[in-house]
Amino acid sequence: MIAEIGHYALVLALALAILQSVLPIWGARVRDAALMGLASPLAFGQLALIAVSFAALTHAYVTSDFSLVNVVENSHSAKPLIYKISGVWGNHEGSLLLWVLILALFSALVAGFGRNLPERLKADVLGVQATISVAFLLFVLITSNPFARLDQPPLEGQDLNPLLQDPGLAIHPPLLYVGYVGFSMAFSFAVAALIEGKVDAAWARWVRPWTLTAWLFLTLGIAMGSYWAYYELGWGGFWFWDPVENASLMPWLSGTALLHSAVVMEKREALKVWTVLLALLTFALSLLGTFIVRSGVLTSVHAFAVDPARGVAILIILVVFVGGSLALYALRAPSLKQGGVFAPVSREGALVLNNLFLTAACAAVFVGTLYPLALEAVTGEKISVGPPFFNNTFGPLMLPVMLVMPFAPLLAWKRGDATRALNGLLGAIVVAVVATALVAGFVRGGPTLAPLGVGLALFAIVGAFAEIAERAKLFRASPAESVRRARGLPSSAWGGALAHAGMGVTLLGVVAATAWESESVTALKQGQTVQIAGYDISYDGMIQRQGPNFRSTVAKLTVRKDGTVATRLEPSRRLYTARQMDLTESSIATFGLSQLYASVGEARGDGAAALRITYKPLVTLIWFGSIFMALGGCLSLADRRLRVGAPRKSARALPAAHPAPAE
Amino acid sequence: MTIDASQTAFPSPRRRGASRKRRRLALFGLVGIVLAAATALVLTALDDTIVFFRTPSEIAQRGETPGTRLRLGGLVKAGSISHDGPDVRFTVTDNARDMPVTYSGLLPDLFREGQGVVSEGVLQDDGTFKADTVLAKHDENYMPKDVADRMKAQGLWKGDEAGGAK
Repeated sequence: MIAEIGHYALVLALALAILQSVLPIWGARVRDAALMGLASPLAFGQLALIAVSFAALTHAYVTSDFSLVNVVENSHSAKPLIYKISGVWGNHEGSLLLWVLILALFSALVAGFGRNLPERLKADVLGVQATISVAFLLFVLITSNPFARLDQPPLEGQDLNPLLQDPGLAIHPPLLYVGYVGFSMAFSFAVAALIEGKVDAAWARWVRPWTLTAWLFLTLGIAMGSYWAYYELGWGGFWFWDPVENASLMPWLSGTALLHSAVVMEKREALKVWTVLLALLTFALSLLGTFIVRSGVLTSVHAFAVDPARGVAILIILVVFVGGSLALYALRAPSLKQGGVFAPVSREGALVLNNLFLTAACAAVFVGTLYPLALEAVTGEKISVGPPFFNNTFGPLMLPVMLVMPFAPLLAWKRGDATRALNGLLGAIVVAVVATALVAGFVRGGPTLAPLGVGLALFAIVGAFAEIAERAKLFRASPAESVRRARGLPSSAWGGALAHAGMGVTLLGVVAATAWESESVTALKQGQTVQIAGYDISYDGMIQRQGPNFRSTVAKLTVRKDGTVATRLEPSRRLYTARQMDLTESSIATFGLSQLYASVGEARGDGAAALRITYKPLVTLIWFGSIFMALGGCLSLADRRLRVGAPRKSARALPAAHPAPAE
Repeated sequence: MTIDASQTAFPSPRRRGASRKRRRLALFGLVGIVLAAATALVLTALDDTIVFFRTPSEIAQRGETPGTRLRLGGLVKAGSISHDGPDVRFTVTDNARDMPVTYSGLLPDLFREGQGVVSEGVLQDDGTFKADTVLAKHDENYMPKDVADRMKAQGLWKGDEAGGAK
């Protein structure tokens, strides 16, 4: 009964979404306040109904209602509660339900918080948002109904794919989806602006918080997915350049570009046409990501249950939305007014450079991800584009981004002073050069370019705070005065600095963990010892353990440093009984920022254990960096100026109000 | 609908024809250079780094030369797996021809005799294949898509409907 309520609520939500996609936009055309006013209540109603539907499916999972096909295929009564809940989105149908739930949540947030939006823009935005909702609700109801019943319910379910039974993957999809779906707001705002034929600084100011929210969740989602792949897939790699990973990286890159070009538009009214295009493309890439993950057209280590027919449906949605919005763009963009001019060396100039390289890097990832598909369609030849391609293209294209990043905040709008900016970065440059020299001189092994990578990372980290130092008059005023000034800076200045530093921290982790990792793949007999990076690891034997829905064979390892026991590692292999599926469970010990990573192979006849043990220096920085980026996003979001009704003020006063390098 | 110019928040910008034109030209020049560089980068990288997918029969037919980097796909031949310390030997077959593979490292969880496997590595002088990556997938029914398609096309493998995609 509860499942039927969930199904029915979903159908009702579709009905509301259809109304919401037509009436407010019609109202905005004929200037009917009543019709436009319908947008918000419809958005709230849609959210409530989809929430009921989602709750119904969650209830079915928690109570192990095996009369639902979806529950049978993805759950098991012995599964821990957290994985019963995460099982709701650990499958195709449920994850799409989560998708539409988050979409409806964003609509409702605009309806609730967008009080200072002009009535017509708000009606258009919610209307466009509802068309996306209609498409995906139809998709769920027609091709992927999570509430389908079975005539003969089995007594037990088939369990969730064991790889997904992990706390990291329980929260990874919701984070990622908030990111993907959050970019729909930028899309809806862009389409609404094109319908209205009006884009200005105020528009950029309204779009920014939504883009920032989506971006920070996407950042966390990607980092979470990367950490999951690192410890769960048992290879110890943190990024595989896999199509599914690339699918989330592409919207991140164009979303990052969008965040920055929106700043230019907000402050200087420049780059309008480009910003609107980026907003459309970012969501298009999010849809492409959904398509890649859900259709399984690309061989991927992450793709699970896939169905080509559903892929075609998502492809149609993709074509309609991307094609439609780009057609509207082609029609309307030429009429958008040009903004202010700027010198090549200026804040705008630096941000243009950032956009240029981020988009080029995004395009390189796009080509590498989709080229195999295109080639196979044309010639039938199957190829794989692996990490070397991405390292050779993405790396060089991101290099200028990292180099310019610390300069941009130090340059004034309109016309910047390069010498002054360079002076402000003197400290960062000294740190970078000294670090490069020290690493090159004292750290053995690794590629010859690795010390330069460390230098670049430190330049980005220290340089990120140069703007704060300058504005706080560090070393030029008394320490107390500097602290007072630093505290008085808007939180968005701190947010930007923290996010930029986060990029540097992640780069440092990537460079150190790839250049100086030491690995040993060995077969050890009980009592034997292997040495890695100064740690002696001895194998003490295998034991058996029983988990809630699995049996595991655990290899006991003792890690000693200079003869004293530092820690114990217990890599294991689990056999999930419901699916008769084997799974490697790695074991990780963290020393400071570095990690010792162990995984064990299948048991062998001769009593030896096949072990892979890797020491990864500074590897945790990769994810700490992402957390800093997300925290930076939070700080920027907390800035009063973004939330309070600033757009009410005449936008004309804004560009002139910020002549100094002050943000 | 038409665009009402009076709605835009800004008056039309002052005419600064020449300077603006020059700056736009410089901007487009920069964009052009970066895009050209990026395209060159992508094309050379594609040329150097793509890896072709082959089954053992295709390697024989095409007479692939030793030293070529390939993705080898097929089934793990029953009874062919042997261990020597951390080194593993197994044979990949497409039921027409076999290819002996050596690999040093831990095999993925779903590596099984009779199951599909994709390994990436280099063809050796002695006719064996030295793999540095071995992939098997997360699905218990998994037959790597590349392998299934290719072997179906050659009529060598009749996957049950559940194979590959669920």
